[in-house]
Amino acid sequence: MSSQPAIEIAGWGAVSPAGWSSADLLAAVEKGDPLPNELTEREGRDQKVPALRVPEPGEKLPWLRQPRLRRTSPIARFCVSAGREAIGEERMAAVEAGDLRLGVIYALVNGCVNYSQRFFREVLDDPSLASPIVFPETVFNAPASHLSAMLGAHAINYTVVGDSATFLPAMELATDWLREDLCDGVVVIGGEEFDWLSAEAFQLFHPDAIISEGAGAIYLQKSEAPIIELTALTDPVLITNRRPRAQAIAKVRAALELPDSSNKALFDSRSNHSQLDLAESNAWSDCSAKQHSPRRILGDGMGASTPWQCVAAASWLAAKPSASHSIISAVGTNEQVAAAIFEKSAANV
Amino acid sequence: MGLGWRENADGFRAGRLAFRDVTLFDTSGQRVHRAGELDLPEQLPGGHQLTDRQVSRLDRASAMLIHAANEAVAQSGWAPQDTDKEQIPIALGTSAGAMALGEDYYKQAIATPNDSRGQASRIHVYQTQTQATHLADALGIDGPVTIITNACASGANAIGHAYQQLQAGKCQRALAGGYDALCQLVFAGFDSLQALSTDLPRPFDADRDGLALGEGAAMVALETLEYATARGANILAEVSGYGASTDVHHLTQPHPNGDAALRSMNAACADAKLNATDIGYINSHGTGTPLNDIAEGHAIQRWAGADVDKVAVSSTKACIGHLLGGAGTVEAVIALMALREGWLPPSMNVRTADPVCTFDLVQQPRDQKIRHALTNSFGFGGANATVILSEFA
Repeated sequence: MSSQPAIEIAGWGAVSPAGWSSADLLAAVEKGDPLPNELTEREGRDQKVPALRVPEPGEKLPWLRQPRLRRTSPIARFCVSAGREAIGEERMAAVEAGDLRLGVIYALVNGCVNYSQRFFREVLDDPSLASPIVFPETVFNAPASHLSAMLGAHAINYTVVGDSATFLPAMELATDWLREDLCDGVVVIGGEEFDWLSAEAFQLFHPDAIISEGAGAIYLQKSEAPIIELTALTDPVLITNRRPRAQAIAKVRAALELPDSSNKALFDSRSNHSQLDLAESNAWSDCSAKQHSPRRILGDGMGASTPWQCVAAASWLAAKPSASHSIISAVGTNEQVAAAIFEKSAANV
Repeated sequence: MGLGWRENADGFRAGRLAFRDVTLFDTSGQRVHRAGELDLPEQLPGGHQLTDRQVSRLDRASAMLIHAANEAVAQSGWAPQDTDKEQIPIALGTSAGAMALGEDYYKQAIATPNDSRGQASRIHVYQTQTQATHLADALGIDGPVTIITNACASGANAIGHAYQQLQAGKCQRALAGGYDALCQLVFAGFDSLQALSTDLPRPFDADRDGLALGEGAAMVALETLEYATARGANILAEVSGYGASTDVHHLTQPHPNGDAALRSMNAACADAKLNATDIGYINSHGTGTPLNDIAEGHAIQRWAGADVDKVAVSSTKACIGHLLGGAGTVEAVIALMALREGWLPPSMNVRTADPVCTFDLVQQPRDQKIRHALTNSFGFGGANATVILSEFA
């Protein structure tokens, strides 16, 4: 990346079971205690699902008055909130004034499940009464479109889907757009909303998982003097029938040169699933950095998990005067593995 | 319309319609019962590298995708990938992926909440990334996968993304495509919006009453000019321009003046360094809904200016329906066929053209040589994308 213009991590935001800000997220991750979960149940089903839910916002969110957000489901609201925090008031005003070309990328796993299952239930009951108001909200890119609409952002807007690691390739896509001058800044957002449908499905593969919800967002821009820079981003390595997950993790780990610094931290994907965690633990066993595993604290937020890692990584660099590097290990469940390094400029360490 | 280049090219050149009553799910409770449902071969193309287990679990959408990709790779004459030296990115566009499996999962979860037999398999294959990894496995291709879900612009975005990856020097060759299979949820969704025609889709007709849904997939094998010429490839065409924009007017309705469509077309033309007068044919988004066609018509008028009457436009959705996430790539391939073979596919079913059609609306198949073709794809959420294909000189 050295011959290219620097890509700055210029903003970040989060909604998580710890609260409606990146500060809440970092505080919970640093404290290190798993947040208390609740058992959710569904009529007719014996097994309960442990879950971590996003608390109600402390005050009514003023931007919910925007007409496009009136009937949105939680994922759209989580993502807009995280995105707004990442972009910041000044830049949002610039977008609205037409002075800043904002690219928008949403990286999702499940999307708007609440409304999808609600709409399909209506279809099965009586298709002639299925709601035309709900259906458009089920479309994968509806949440991304709401953010562009509320800011009046006409520039490029993609929703990409995949497993939870998709957030890092989405950040790479953002760097491409910036370097091709398609936009002045790009906000990359990932999110998840709790729903029994996706929670039970996830539990089929990870019976001990604590399902979670929320969103995380990173704002990227080109900069000649970045404070926090995206200095490394591996190519994502695909998990295939010829390359099992453990090999993909090892390949990514081998591709990432670790910074020679004693003030670094690793934000990994481990989540207390011993079988799933083992390969990642082994791959990073030589890393001397302090290790943070946000999923162990905040639950498995699926589409929100890697964004949370990135937000925690950026927040940690900003909050700790001596911190120099954050390393992110993103291990998806069944598609891909990737890793990244955020670096704070020496002048700011 | 058929399987493969020849069947499809012949069908579009003849203006054949490909609609029938839906057999994949029950439509008895809905206003509309027809769609562009395809006959999927029982067998996958030979030479695929999927395991027996993967084949046994494969869904309809993935099978379509593998058929299309297999043809694209075979036609390209690509040499096998050396995975130690090269990554081949795969860019896919879809709106619903393997939704039919998600529907089955939901039905069982509701009917028998404590019975999870078969559910893990359904949910695994339902996930969009599984369709992508199945494709990679089937072709023995290894590289980063990008799955774009920008509603009905997804397939065009996938081509645009792969094109930008090649332009940026990130790879020498890439696969791009789009796909969607018919499913009950989406069919009922468009019916709930009263966006489906109760008769035939009549894009740009003054009395059009909606679209027909369809299903299908298309893939294109893209490579840099240097790579293609070095290996002596038979270059079918050049991707010469790509543009994308966002319509913030409404979640499901375009701006009536076609502002975002115009932005997308202008961006693609600027990228291709072409003017409106250079474009010999537009494969329009042309859904056949009252709102889309008027907005797109206005955009074409503004884009072409005084030369609008010289621009040939049609919508092939009149023949095969709206393929949603697959539409952008399938329609780009139709434009490619037109470019290669010297004919224009028609907007069938038009009885009286809408007054917005100050352009040359192609209502019957026509022999016409063109050098540059532009294809528009617009989706829910305001996702707009335009791809320009050019004759390789």
